Amino acid sequence: MTEFEWNWATVWDVLPTLLGAFFQVTLVVTVVSTAIAAVLGLIIAMLRRSVPKPVDAVIKFAVDFIRMTPIVVQLLLVYYTFTNLSAMVCGIIVFGIHYSTYMAEVYRAGIDSVPAGQWEATTALSMSKGRTWRAVVIPQALRATVPALGNYAISMFKDTPFLIIIGLVELVNAGRIYGANTFNYTEPLTLVGIIFLAASYPTALLVGRLEKRLAFSY
Amino acid sequence: MPSATDNNPAILFEDVEKRFGDNVVLKDLNFSVAKGDRVTLIGPSGSGKTTILRLVMTLEELSGGYIYIEDDPLAYEKRDGKRVALREKHRNEIRKRIGMVFQQFNLFPNMTVMENIIEAPVHVLGMSKADAKAKAQGLLDQVGLADKANQHPLQLSGGQQQRVAIARALAMDPDILLLDEVTSALDPEIVGEVLAVLRQVAETTDITMLIVTHEMQFAKDVSNRVMMFDGGHIVEENTPEEMFSNPQEERTKQFLHAIV
Repeated sequence: MTEFEWNWATVWDVLPTLLGAFFQVTLVVTVVSTAIAAVLGLIIAMLRRSVPKPVDAVIKFAVDFIRMTPIVVQLLLVYYTFTNLSAMVCGIIVFGIHYSTYMAEVYRAGIDSVPAGQWEATTALSMSKGRTWRAVVIPQALRATVPALGNYAISMFKDTPFLIIIGLVELVNAGRIYGANTFNYTEPLTLVGIIFLAASYPTALLVGRLEKRLAFSY
Repeated sequence: MPSATDNNPAILFEDVEKRFGDNVVLKDLNFSVAKGDRVTLIGPSGSGKTTILRLVMTLEELSGGYIYIEDDPLAYEKRDGKRVALREKHRNEIRKRIGMVFQQFNLFPNMTVMENIIEAPVHVLGMSKADAKAKAQGLLDQVGLADKANQHPLQLSGGQQQRVAIARALAMDPDILLLDEVTSALDPEIVGEVLAVLRQVAETTDITMLIVTHEMQFAKDVSNRVMMFDGGHIVEENTPEEMFSNPQEERTKQFLHAIV
């Protein structure tokens, strides 16, 4: 057994490949899926507040079903069922839908935190449903939800290595493949960790600052 | 007992019933409020007076009976002898004639004072932004807050917030104004500034007012009619002078004695 020695040549050799996988796959999936989850989650939360109880029960069942099955199973199921979808598109859709169910719960808590008096004021002013949501409820609900939504986005980011299961060469997979070809695993996987940290830590800081800016302390 | 043939009342309650589950709050309630009337509802908590205001504002669903606003059915109508619920669209049309000021102000904290006031005139009445702003500024002058247009509600004191809420309600030019314990959440030394604004509104407009308050002096100054409620029924009604100095019913005497 040879003693391990950190090799900078390996670092410079693998770094472009890793950064390529990060920007072209990991980041794209995270950003697009977060956008889908944020919008779809809000639609689910608003629907649940607006539809009759039996319809809400159906939505709740579907939401629970998606939340309580592993994302890996969903990835495989969608990938092998809809064979015309590329791994990338499949990953984006599954991550977007999976996380929309979590975000819907966050939005729901945010919407519930808007006092009943706010809804009553919109009625007393004869405001339309659309205007009530857009001008009053959502702006107030979002303030309460920004930190949790940001945390789910980061958590989704860290879940992207599950995409290996459908053969997508995202960041971790790129590092692993390099290791398998060169028998150098330590440098590429260390770099993978550093890249993850370098991306999620500033995001967490950003979420924190956004939270402060949105607070009701004018 | 007033009936539907009264000369075009602003508000007419006909056999109104309101239940919350098994709890009957109002039953067989009939009364009318003439245009321009200022009616104060008094009575112990749980007597149904706030529920009456909330029914007129359609914040609560009627369990039985009918409410008419200027002869138009508000939430239910009689059709071929049947009681039929009216659509949300119809309710919203009638609702535009009614404004309400709440105990907890209920200003929108995400908007400035100006945005709070012009929101409904612009988006509900279709007024131009410039017109709505000019009108809002006039109302802010009237309630003594001309310099607060660009502040956010949470930067204001309770009394200032309530005055903005009054301006917001008036910006819709309501025929009917509902005042639901508008000074109950305020510190005693601030109550006066809000009541002064309302006195002025009462003097300078002919808006019909339905008032729930514990401020008997205010009720005396502003209203021309007081109704005493207990257990969802009208116990007694009279002019404020008569009601407060010479109550007829034992229940009214007890109540007035307890609060002063």
